[in-house]
Amino acid sequence: MEDLKTFLIDKVLTYESDTLTPETEKVLQQVRREKTDKPVIFVSSGTSSVIAGSEKTFTAIETYIKENESSTELVHVGCAGPSTFEPLVCIQIPGKNKLYFRNITEEKVEPLLNGVFHNDINEEDLAGQTGTKGFELWSGIPFMDEMPFFANQKRIILGNCGCYNPESIEEYIARGGYRSYIKTIRHYTFEEVCDIIERSGLRGRSGGGYLTGLKWKHALNTSSNARYLICNAKESDPGAFTDRTILESDPHRLIEGIAIASYAIGASNAIIFVRSGSDHARNRLQKAIDRARDFGLFGHNIFSSGYNLDIIIRIEPGAFVCGEETALINTLEGKRGMPQLKPPYPTTAGLFGKPTVINNVETLMNVPLIMHNGPEWFRTLGTEKSPGTKVFAVAGKGRISGVVEVEMGTTIRTILEDIADGIKEGKEFKAIQLGGASGSFITSENLDIAIDYEDLREKGIGMGAGGFVIIDENTCMVDLVRYYMEFIRNESCGKCIPCREGTGRMLEILESVIRKPLNEESGTTLERFKGVMQLETIASVMKDTSLCGLGQTAPNPFISALKNFRDEFEEHIFDRKCRANICRGLRTFSIDVDKCTGCTACAAKCPVNAIYGTRLQPFFIVEEKCIGCGICFDICKFSAINVK
Amino acid sequence: MLFTIQVNNKKIKAEKGETILSALNRNGIIIPTLCRMKEFTPTGACRMCVVEVEGRDRLVTACSQPVEEWMKIKTHSPRVITARKTIVELLLSNHPDDCLYCDRNLNCELQRLSEELNIRERRIRGRKIKPRLDQSSPAIIRELSKCILCGRCVRVCEEVITATSLDFINKGRETHVGAAMDRDFNFSSCIHCGQCVLVCPTGALHEKHNITEVQEYLNKPEIIKVIQYSSMVVYGIAEELGMRYTREFDKILNSILRKIGFDKVYKTGLGTDVCISEIAGQLSDRIENKSDNPLYISACPAWVKYTEQFIPSLIPQLSTVKSPQQITGVLIKTLVADQMGVRPEEIFSVSATPCMAMKFEARRDGMMRKGISDVDSVLTVRELARLIRLYGIDTSNIEHEPADEPMSGRSSAAIMAEVSGGIAEGVIRTYHYQKMKKEPDKQIFKKLRSGGVFREISLMVGETEVRVGVVDGLTGLEKLKASLAAGKKYDIIEVMTCPGGCVHGAGITFNTSKDEIRNRAKLVYQSDETEAVNLPCKSPSLINLYEKLLKSNGEIADKKIFFTHFEKRNVLL
Amino acid sequence: MSEFFTLYNRMSTDLDIILKKYKQGKREDLIPLLQEIQDHLGYLSEEAIVKTGSFLGLSTTKIFGLATFYDRFRFIPSGKIQIRICHGTSCFLNGSQAIINKIREETGVMPGQTTRDGNFSYEIVSCMGGCCNGPVINVNGEYYTHIKAEQLPELIKRFKYIIEND
Repeated sequence: MEDLKTFLIDKVLTYESDTLTPETEKVLQQVRREKTDKPVIFVSSGTSSVIAGSEKTFTAIETYIKENESSTELVHVGCAGPSTFEPLVCIQIPGKNKLYFRNITEEKVEPLLNGVFHNDINEEDLAGQTGTKGFELWSGIPFMDEMPFFANQKRIILGNCGCYNPESIEEYIARGGYRSYIKTIRHYTFEEVCDIIERSGLRGRSGGGYLTGLKWKHALNTSSNARYLICNAKESDPGAFTDRTILESDPHRLIEGIAIASYAIGASNAIIFVRSGSDHARNRLQKAIDRARDFGLFGHNIFSSGYNLDIIIRIEPGAFVCGEETALINTLEGKRGMPQLKPPYPTTAGLFGKPTVINNVETLMNVPLIMHNGPEWFRTLGTEKSPGTKVFAVAGKGRISGVVEVEMGTTIRTILEDIADGIKEGKEFKAIQLGGASGSFITSENLDIAIDYEDLREKGIGMGAGGFVIIDENTCMVDLVRYYMEFIRNESCGKCIPCREGTGRMLEILESVIRKPLNEESGTTLERFKGVMQLETIASVMKDTSLCGLGQTAPNPFISALKNFRDEFEEHIFDRKCRANICRGLRTFSIDVDKCTGCTACAAKCPVNAIYGTRLQPFFIVEEKCIGCGICFDICKFSAINVK
Repeated sequence: MLFTIQVNNKKIKAEKGETILSALNRNGIIIPTLCRMKEFTPTGACRMCVVEVEGRDRLVTACSQPVEEWMKIKTHSPRVITARKTIVELLLSNHPDDCLYCDRNLNCELQRLSEELNIRERRIRGRKIKPRLDQSSPAIIRELSKCILCGRCVRVCEEVITATSLDFINKGRETHVGAAMDRDFNFSSCIHCGQCVLVCPTGALHEKHNITEVQEYLNKPEIIKVIQYSSMVVYGIAEELGMRYTREFDKILNSILRKIGFDKVYKTGLGTDVCISEIAGQLSDRIENKSDNPLYISACPAWVKYTEQFIPSLIPQLSTVKSPQQITGVLIKTLVADQMGVRPEEIFSVSATPCMAMKFEARRDGMMRKGISDVDSVLTVRELARLIRLYGIDTSNIEHEPADEPMSGRSSAAIMAEVSGGIAEGVIRTYHYQKMKKEPDKQIFKKLRSGGVFREISLMVGETEVRVGVVDGLTGLEKLKASLAAGKKYDIIEVMTCPGGCVHGAGITFNTSKDEIRNRAKLVYQSDETEAVNLPCKSPSLINLYEKLLKSNGEIADKKIFFTHFEKRNVLL
Repeated sequence: MSEFFTLYNRMSTDLDIILKKYKQGKREDLIPLLQEIQDHLGYLSEEAIVKTGSFLGLSTTKIFGLATFYDRFRFIPSGKIQIRICHGTSCFLNGSQAIINKIREETGVMPGQTTRDGNFSYEIVSCMGGCCNGPVINVNGEYYTHIKAEQLPELIKRFKYIIEND
């Protein structure tokens, strides 16, 4: 290993010429496992794979190999994208294309491997093959990149994900990694790097879409004795997992991006702010940082360039709002993570009062690629004003969920119909929710909107952090809005009044719409109607006056749902009906006289004593008293309770 | 640099670097604020001061946004008014509806805002905040359901008082202001200075009321009701009752208090004189013994508690002389009781003060004699004013009466104790007089009276140099510490918890500006200039006390009653 | 089952050993310090907060105020069985609310609390990343996918059995 390290440093990283010698290339090919004389099995190992059981699969394969095919190599790789296929197993027989198998749970391992090693492949588990030059094709097996899921994507940032072992820095270097970084710190000035990034037109991927190069220049041009770069890897939107996937599958490119960005602003300290509860991602990242330090990529006077850099990881202690820049800085300083007034902006006075640049993971992932391929290359991707790609975490009711990357300008319809392959179980499409808890709904009329900062803004939709939730007819929009509002209410920091009180009131009003009233006066139709009218005022005042983005965008789901699904709100208010049959509070219950045995179980459990009767005689429910909680329905052993 | 900005279609002058709010205020445009405190950096929590700036998507907070030349501002457009109104309505939606019973009724900033914004209908209903009442502290009551989380108390406690016993706890809708581990206040490191009460816009923080207790005793004919008041109370009552302060106002107050039903009315001033003389004695001892350590004046009860819990190593250096209130109190329970021929238990002794920590001090262990406390009940100026109103006393037409003997007179040094540095000044003047038989030139003290949170002078008394330090507000402790660490020596140090001294006490009128506090201090200095008796030892009352009264009573002749002891205190720091 | 209780066996680790790893008086270390203490003790005891306060020169009030702001800090020991329920959008659409309700019903405590016998505690997290396998719950580090509310009583009974027989 030590030999390989010196070799990689001397012959690759610090090798002055852009083209490497053929001998070097040969070694690298081996490191990349492009030439191998023994079978290799790759098991994906992101969090979504682990949840699906990939660790058990891994152990099962390990045991199998030990017993049967001891020459086989077994490797962990990152997440390839479609989490619906997890645990995804890839097998490479020497000289042949790689084969991918989907949903290989523990018990499927033995039959699968028996099949593969004895040339009897089970078509059912097969996902496809990927072609490598000079390798033998598997006839009759579809190519992975021809699948609509991959064919409609442009995997730039995610290009390495699922292809190499994220814990191996050697593989990353063999795939061309860290060379742009070394080149940058050796040959470019700070300004030049900022310039290149500005010319590439890269925009911050966290929502606002501010030009990254310009932001860096602000920080660079603020005179100070210290500067900081913070990588914001704290996505804790419900239903967003893009950053985590990147951290788990390609930590080294992120580190390279951070290192280049730190250099560009002249920062010698970089901090990665990782969300809590993602221990897997944190461990991978820590390992990657340790390895990179071992290779001399950080520290004092890196490769005699005179540049010093240190990268540390900080774990977010559990508050959604500290994804906001100023709140994040407060958290890092050891204070309550409450947002602060801007100006001053972090680029002038951020962490410890020093100029600080905060970029998110996706933005930084682009940086090594731009430095490697040049800004003009980046401009060829995407649209004119929004070059590049955008990563989404597709989740919800689509046939395929997972992390996808599309070129800017791709329509939402493509993602929904081609990449996610439409709605699960043939249900009717209802909406797409873009941008997490503070995003908006996109209905079928708007599916042809292109993913592009300007286009989306025109329609009043924020790009968000990458949540792409597919909603089908079985979802009640009022309930979903309530869910988002509850999330935001719980996560509001409590500092400014419109957000703290506004989210609370909005949630209370929404709850009154979807629940049966506990007492007479608060529950009239008029009160509910007035409540929704008030919601509109509160929502607009929150948007107008809240201190930070959390409060300003908190009413978005409500506003957009009311605009697009007004009829559903009205049904809840006036008819007391939920068409998706989700709002349990609106159901009416009655007891089937023929089935009821008079066991009294339901009457004993009813929280409002709405069930009356005599023991061993059929009971009945007083509808005016019933709050629709459904406890009686759950408890009845004789299916005597009817729901309407 | 001045430039013009456009506000409500009119041009006004603004200065580069200032905030929109300050430009507007200077030009006579009033914007409501709630979380703002002058002289603090804005936090932008309440969003009341929002204005519309052309070209901005959202409303901006006037308290924090710097003015810029291109700005076109609308301060009262329909959009702005709706926003402000909705914010107050949101606050009211879960606020307890008990304004009529509230401590701050008619004096509440939230109430005033809702009146100003013409809120006449309950449009938004919310689930009420769960009431939580903390009455554990001897001085401060917290009613958490009334808190609007403006954060002023938290900032004052941290940035001005440095005790940091309050902070926000939890987040979002569960946020509330509380002490360490969310325990009740008596477990906390609160020093009872009450500055948080003074800045609270609503009734969430207020003093513990002793009015009912006082009233109860006023109704008991067999009990002798006695009250003492300090010089600051006279100013304070004039302010509270909306009357013009004159030099003779204390005589009016005497008469009012007697009308309420107090049998005897005394001035705390004599106690102050005793306190100053005794400290001067201790200082003299210390200088003679060539002690290295300074003597810390212990007249401020909040400072004493601060020392006991945060810097216990300093306790041996604290002067053991009781505070003026306690000295007066103990004199009432011993000397006066003796003179009147009653047992001390038959006397109910009330003290009126500008301070809230005095409520705590009166309950201290070392502040009682033979199981009888020196002071029975402490009223703040606000409470006393309430008592006066309660008894329906017509203050406009009232005769002048003197206070009761033997505690009717004081020196002007006693009134000086109300400002920061005043006691130290009195002590030095007394010490100088004792040594040199003449008063020092008052010009020397100029540097002790103003100029920063830590002030110091050194003067020659005969051959000896006396070095004096004054910590004006606990933020000055840092400077004192630095100075001591640099090897500087002091003979005597005065520490006042409230910046400015007792003129800024938490028991006086709410909503007083810095200027009004400065004005109070000015009145104090004027009295010192104009009054004839400038030294405690020249005050006839004190001479009478020391020469005759103490000596006539064998039990107290040794002056032991003037001293107490302090101990390390274990609280959650 | 031994790894099930690793959290508990580490309880005896001394606070001072953790504190020694940090520099005195650096406020920015506060959160990592508290996180490390919680990793070892399972929660933040009053002693830990007071000690950290005097170590970093901060008032207990400030530390408590900070720690209560963040969801991950807890002030009572977690249960021997610690359940984390994913309440991300996907899991919500697939019915995680019913799971939460059922667990609340079964344990009789609110999220973040611990049952009186010290056996169970649960918390709600925003997204675990298992979106296509929802609802997902995590019990002491082990994932359970496609959970249905009616499976829970059986599951909880099983855990109880494990605790009582260990």
